[in-house]
Amino acid sequence: MAERKYSEDHEWVEVDGESGVIGISDYAQEQLGDVVFVELPEIGKVFDQRDEAAVVESVKAAAEVYTPVSGEVIEVNEELNNDPSLVNTDAFGEGWFVKLKLTDPTELDDLMDEETYTTFVKGLS
Amino acid sequence: MANASPENEHLKTPLYDLHVAHGARMVPFAGYDMPVQYPAGIITEHKHTRAAAGLFDVSHMGQAILRGDDVAASFEKLVPGDIAGLEVGRMRYTLLLNDNGGIRDDLMATRIEENGVFALFLVVNAACKDADFAHIADALAGEAELERLDDRALLALQGPRAEEALAGFAPACRDLVFLEGGEMNVDGVSAFVTRSGYTGEDGFEISLPADRAAEIAEKLLALEAVEPIGLGARDSLRLEAGLCLYGHDIDETTTPVEADLTWTIGKRRRGSTDFPGAATILDQIAKGTARKRVGLTPQGRAPVREGAPIRDTNGEAIGQVTSGGFAPTLDRPIAMGYVASGHAAPGQALDIELRGRSVAAEAAAMPFVEPNYKRS
Repeated sequence: MAERKYSEDHEWVEVDGESGVIGISDYAQEQLGDVVFVELPEIGKVFDQRDEAAVVESVKAAAEVYTPVSGEVIEVNEELNNDPSLVNTDAFGEGWFVKLKLTDPTELDDLMDEETYTTFVKGLS
Repeated sequence: MANASPENEHLKTPLYDLHVAHGARMVPFAGYDMPVQYPAGIITEHKHTRAAAGLFDVSHMGQAILRGDDVAASFEKLVPGDIAGLEVGRMRYTLLLNDNGGIRDDLMATRIEENGVFALFLVVNAACKDADFAHIADALAGEAELERLDDRALLALQGPRAEEALAGFAPACRDLVFLEGGEMNVDGVSAFVTRSGYTGEDGFEISLPADRAAEIAEKLLALEAVEPIGLGARDSLRLEAGLCLYGHDIDETTTPVEADLTWTIGKRRRGSTDFPGAATILDQIAKGTARKRVGLTPQGRAPVREGAPIRDTNGEAIGQVTSGGFAPTLDRPIAMGYVASGHAAPGQALDIELRGRSVAAEAAAMPFVEPNYKRS
């Protein structure tokens, strides 16, 4: 069962073997409000940890999404072009953004696990 | 009405507790803590207003009554609108101008009658109210007196079911047509109600005592047709309606002619030079302006935002976006901005910069969504 890890910017990565799927957390989508557009990267783009990987446009403003891990883009969620609201309705599932081939899995140790992130979010309100 | 204290820097309207109780996300706006959205979200709130009835707290805006021996003539010294020609209960959108013909604020002015004497009920923008009221009082000192109504709240009820909703508490509202107002009781509370708003929909603005506002608001919200609407949807609604947001689409550097608001300058007023900046404005009416406010429709689905550079199809800079966002009614991005007059015709192709790349767009006529005003 793939474990989800979180960055302090509310991005998550779910690792499966050599690749990881990234998205934003439910807390993040709630803060953003209604998502109207997601700008996704091109397949093949290589990111370092914390590079800007995507941009989410809500009704009111744009927000950068930073990748929590380094990797090469192998897939993007095309469905978000049809229905950006998936980010709001299913942030951890169908609202995923990008699938990366991880270049440095040790980076996962920098990230928070589920419990730590939950505590972190509670501390923000 | 204002409750600022050392521990909270922002002012609160009389509906602050109501907003919080309804789950609003509060944000600072013009020095007030205001609801940007409720749990439903901006898009749902926007669509609800166009389908049913949305209730907005606009108590942060400035309300005042101007009185004087010839208050219409006095006020016409400050605005280019036809104020003297207003009949009792009629209202007008007009502009406070500076000596360069630029816009200090946009506002609504309603003719009221107090014991047979003509007075003006004014509603101005929250961010400008202190400056506006000081300006009006100073400029008209000795001939007119301004009374700020700081003990009153202002609610806006907008949408095709607004009349149905309000009529249950104020049957007289049915008799008002667009841009008409009158005193009436709302569930027994003495109020001044105008048929006007900032959404393009039929609806009302209700001025009432601050200490009764939450109670009346809750009664309206208890109706099935009415939902609370935040500032986020207020902005997307007015943008679809092609209405200006002061400080963004119009400001002290924009004249009414550049802003495509020449229609606010009545025919009689154009024949005289008795308003601030008249020489400049009349010259612009005669000869045109270098830039013009236009609607913009970007291709694709990404919104373009305030400040985005606009270029012609050759890459030459021709203007910038002053308001931009997403139009839920149209399911597409829309924007407003200023472009060089030669590129302002509806359908004119242009490019808008977004995150370092060009988005193809067109100049567009406004409103983007046809209004539903009840004119008769």
